[in-house]
Amino acid sequence: MRRGPTSFNIVAVAIGLAFLYLPIVILVVYSFNASRLVTVWGGWSLAWYRELLHDEAILGAAWISLRVAALSATAATVLGTLAAVALTRMGRFRGRLLFSGMVYAPLVMPEVITGLSLLLLFVALDLDRGFWTVAVAHTTLTTCFVTVIVQSRLLDFDRTLEEAAMDLGCPPVKTFLTITLPLIVPAIAAGWMLAFSLSLDDLVIASFTTGPGATTLPIRIYSEVRLGVKPEINAICTIMIALVAAGTIASSLMAKRGASRRERAALGVQV
Amino acid sequence: MQRDRTKRSWGARIVILVPYLWLAVFFLAPFVIVLKISLSQSALAQPPYLPVFDLAAGWQGVTAFATQLSLDSFRLLGSDAIYLLSYLKSLQVAAISTALLFALGYPIAYGMARAPKAWQPALVMAVVLPFWTSFLIRIYAWINILQRDGLLNDVLMRMHVIDAPAAWLSSDTAIYIGVVYSYLPFMVLPLYASLEKMDESLLEAAADLGCPAWKAFWLITFPLSLPGAAAGALLSFIPIVGEFVIPDLLGGSESQMIGQTLWIEFFSNRDWPVASAIAVALLGLLLVPILFYERLQQRSLEGGSA
Repeated sequence: MRRGPTSFNIVAVAIGLAFLYLPIVILVVYSFNASRLVTVWGGWSLAWYRELLHDEAILGAAWISLRVAALSATAATVLGTLAAVALTRMGRFRGRLLFSGMVYAPLVMPEVITGLSLLLLFVALDLDRGFWTVAVAHTTLTTCFVTVIVQSRLLDFDRTLEEAAMDLGCPPVKTFLTITLPLIVPAIAAGWMLAFSLSLDDLVIASFTTGPGATTLPIRIYSEVRLGVKPEINAICTIMIALVAAGTIASSLMAKRGASRRERAALGVQV
Repeated sequence: MQRDRTKRSWGARIVILVPYLWLAVFFLAPFVIVLKISLSQSALAQPPYLPVFDLAAGWQGVTAFATQLSLDSFRLLGSDAIYLLSYLKSLQVAAISTALLFALGYPIAYGMARAPKAWQPALVMAVVLPFWTSFLIRIYAWINILQRDGLLNDVLMRMHVIDAPAAWLSSDTAIYIGVVYSYLPFMVLPLYASLEKMDESLLEAAADLGCPAWKAFWLITFPLSLPGAAAGALLSFIPIVGEFVIPDLLGGSESQMIGQTLWIEFFSNRDWPVASAIAVALLGLLLVPILFYERLQQRSLEGGSA
């Protein structure tokens, strides 16, 4: 739609964005509050960040969460990309409907169900619960997000490039590695980042599938939050928000540069 | 391209099989186990349910196992009002929240679609970004605001809207605020996607033929945005029904949503069969919306081929 926005449109978007960002901004600002009370502004201070540095429990949980997230995001990216290729490039195969059903369902499946069912599987298999079971659970949860992102990229781009390579005798695997893969790398990177942040964020599934010695950061934060607001929690939340924001902005800049390079390349081909 | 089933290369088979097997083992098979345990009985054992499937006992083990299965957990769900009430409460919260999300999300998505083209990627990013920051953090941020000595009461009292601090936290209002806040991107983005790709010449044609703008909106824009609305509604409704974190942190103790009931049965009462029965019943309740959602996804992501 190209007609200009009315003042109603502008107000609607402004209110929407304010609603989305105000609580986050408040949280960030209060992480620098010298006073322990939310309503009292005691001046700017880094006291809560200093306190955080000495909180072994939080730091340990953060370290576990980061490792789980890196591992499960990587596994989910591989699985999710394979699934996306299977769904967009393999035509029909036996059990395709069941396959796509299993791929999309975790996106909306309530987390309590996924968490409970995975736990019961781990118990039935008699696996020791801990780091690895959480990583497997998060891989299963986040694979579908990677698939959807990569799949929409695979549907978007010009298939004639692949077909031309195949017509010229390029084997499928080589076609995929030299033509398809470079074109979908931004989507794969975005999928990895989303999987990483979802894993870092998950409380419910991790609570079900974790065991002794593998308390993740959200489980730790949750048990603190239930006891009330603590400024240290504001501080750790601010650090996480800053990391995510930096990562997202960096990746979108990268995607933009990649896109313009691709456009130039496409123009070059035309000339 | 590769319709020939018999001559599919090994590479292609691996591409399909690896994610297929992973999902079959870690997503599909667990549901069978949940179903099985929902038919078991609670026991003071490790694991805390009976009977335990014993493959070593051979066929006799299987028959012994089958005779010990029971519907007790499901009977309990039917007989104790607390379960029914929490299912109803979940459906109510999900339905009202989805309506609120639509009412709030539609003007936002519409405004985004009508913003200058150059701004739109930035606006989409602005809506997505909060989704990338932790869900738990965003709920926690609302506790800062809604608690008794929190910011909302502070602001309202300074403006002399209220005289004494009101109890915002631990109420249904807080649940609705938290749910709408958390799920807003899920509603806005599909709506925006369907509004953004709309053919503007339709509206021009309507205007040329003398159709007033509000009528053109109602007759053209709105019906064309319905697929986006359906996607947004399903993406919100289904997970909200099973929501645990939001009602647990923001809601009151007088009534529970079903996700909380399941959580308590599992973690506090250690009654795995009842927790499993709740999960099975919840899944049954959500089966129809989930199937709708699956069809929508298949159509939009597989070009209608499936």
